[in-house]
Amino acid sequence: MSLTANDVKKIAHLARLGIDEQDVESYANDLSGMLDLMTQMSELNTDNVSPMAHPLDQIQRLRPDVVTEHNQREHFQAIAPQVEDGLYLVPKVIE
Amino acid sequence: MYNLTIAELAKGLRAGEFSSVELTQTYLNRIHQHSALNAYVTVTDELALQQAQAADAKIAGGDTSLLTGIPIAQKDIFCTLGVKTTCGSKMLDNFIAPYNATVVDKLNQAGAVMLGKVNMDEFAMGSSNETSYYGPTKNPWNTGTVPGGSSGGSATAVAARLAVCATGTDTGGSIRQPAALCGITGLKPTYGRVSRYGMIAYASSLDQGGPMTRNAEDAAILLQAMAGFDDKDSTSVDQPVPDYLADLNKPLTGLKIGLPKEFFTADLNGDMAATLETAINHYRQMGAEVKEISMPTLKMAIPAYYVIAPAECSANLSRFDGVRFGYRCENPADLADLYTRSRGEAFGKEVKRRILMGTYALSAGYYDAYYIKAQKVRRLISDDFKNALAEVDVIMGPVTPMPAFGIGEKLANPIEMYLSDIYTIAINLAGLPAMSIPAGFINDLPVGLQIIGNYFDEARLLNVAHQYQQVTDWHQQTPKGFE
Repeated sequence: MSLTANDVKKIAHLARLGIDEQDVESYANDLSGMLDLMTQMSELNTDNVSPMAHPLDQIQRLRPDVVTEHNQREHFQAIAPQVEDGLYLVPKVIE
Repeated sequence: MYNLTIAELAKGLRAGEFSSVELTQTYLNRIHQHSALNAYVTVTDELALQQAQAADAKIAGGDTSLLTGIPIAQKDIFCTLGVKTTCGSKMLDNFIAPYNATVVDKLNQAGAVMLGKVNMDEFAMGSSNETSYYGPTKNPWNTGTVPGGSSGGSATAVAARLAVCATGTDTGGSIRQPAALCGITGLKPTYGRVSRYGMIAYASSLDQGGPMTRNAEDAAILLQAMAGFDDKDSTSVDQPVPDYLADLNKPLTGLKIGLPKEFFTADLNGDMAATLETAINHYRQMGAEVKEISMPTLKMAIPAYYVIAPAECSANLSRFDGVRFGYRCENPADLADLYTRSRGEAFGKEVKRRILMGTYALSAGYYDAYYIKAQKVRRLISDDFKNALAEVDVIMGPVTPMPAFGIGEKLANPIEMYLSDIYTIAINLAGLPAMSIPAGFINDLPVGLQIIGNYFDEARLLNVAHQYQQVTDWHQQTPKGFE
């Protein structure tokens, strides 16, 4: 299975990931190589095998629904690129 | 004093032979003297000396923690309050962590002195430390070769005596492979044994932190402080932590060692096979029984891993969007441009490759064919290990197909680099604990022996490693120029 330069651009858009035009071809090659590697898995019969998401098959732990975090907004926003009045600033989304 | 182990230093500190401040200053001097190795991203001189002073006061007051006053290096993947935490990426070059990782908190409580943050592959994605935004770390055994990765800075720091010990993390071999290439001892614990809170995520179902040290005894001491249940990590396992030092001296008579025939094929370098054979003979002499086992699905580990890890990476790294912390591009035209350019300008090529791969594997139409298939294969690999470990106590094999390779040698071919993880990756998929210990040299470069054990059987791994280190001195070798 091989991916084209166009496929790579589409995937990059899905990931909101800027990639240099000059690198597109090499990504297409690398990803195609990885996909070739992955097709090896089809040699293995996995009918009736349940997918494994957690090495110890542990289920999600629950906790009582009580407040455990205190407000640290200023502390966390001190490292943000741009904030104002406790809000994160981004370019205007709605005109 | 920089050739002493944690246990020896703890005695020396209490006997008043030297203070933690003196010890810490010795290490800081060495770090600056050998800065060409590029092991550290950030050296926290002032903080280290403050912590050392506090440690000296605690020792004077009768404190008994073995780690009190011991200078350690933190992999730059662990968040450190008020200290730059880069994860080896331009994305986090300006990131001052607003909280401590649980591992950092625990080591602080144990009295350890942090010398600084050590270099690593960008977001722990790499096997050579060459993907770091801060440039490659060099292997002290031959500075033209890589230290391995992703915990390459940790391995170099310990091997070159720029820290007594270090933390590392292992998603596909990132503790064991650099430990092997740098001739030190590294332990990847059972998944869930060490908290992942504040450890910047790469592939959450595989990532696990662990100790990187001079020998097995030190690994036991460091793991003792790192391990334990943490409410802040939803995958942390609530199981008591045993005394890892208690069983170190247990004799190995009757120990059953399995050698998977899939590990000892023509792909393994001949010198490597001979070195491992010698190591395994030592175990025979100590009374262990060695038998060949078969794990037919092992060869599927690389394809399964390179679906699962990139898939989880693409989800985890979506948090780096230029909005709340980290890098933001100049003059974004709109919100989409802000996301796309911030990520495009700040992630390196290997990270981008894995985000693209993962995004593709998780996208509509391919999810079942790749991601679900890989998770099913993961189950079969894990079953292979379970069956094998029902027959034997530990599994042994190589860590890497060859010793350290040259800087730049494999960069052009990422797939070849991935294939070199063949002996370590399956263990992460199964979630088992495994160690790398020094077992000899090939062309003056260190070689590691891998020891794989059952879930939560770290104490046995440490025992098996420690006994080997009682009859060999590979772990005591120091690279030339760093004695």
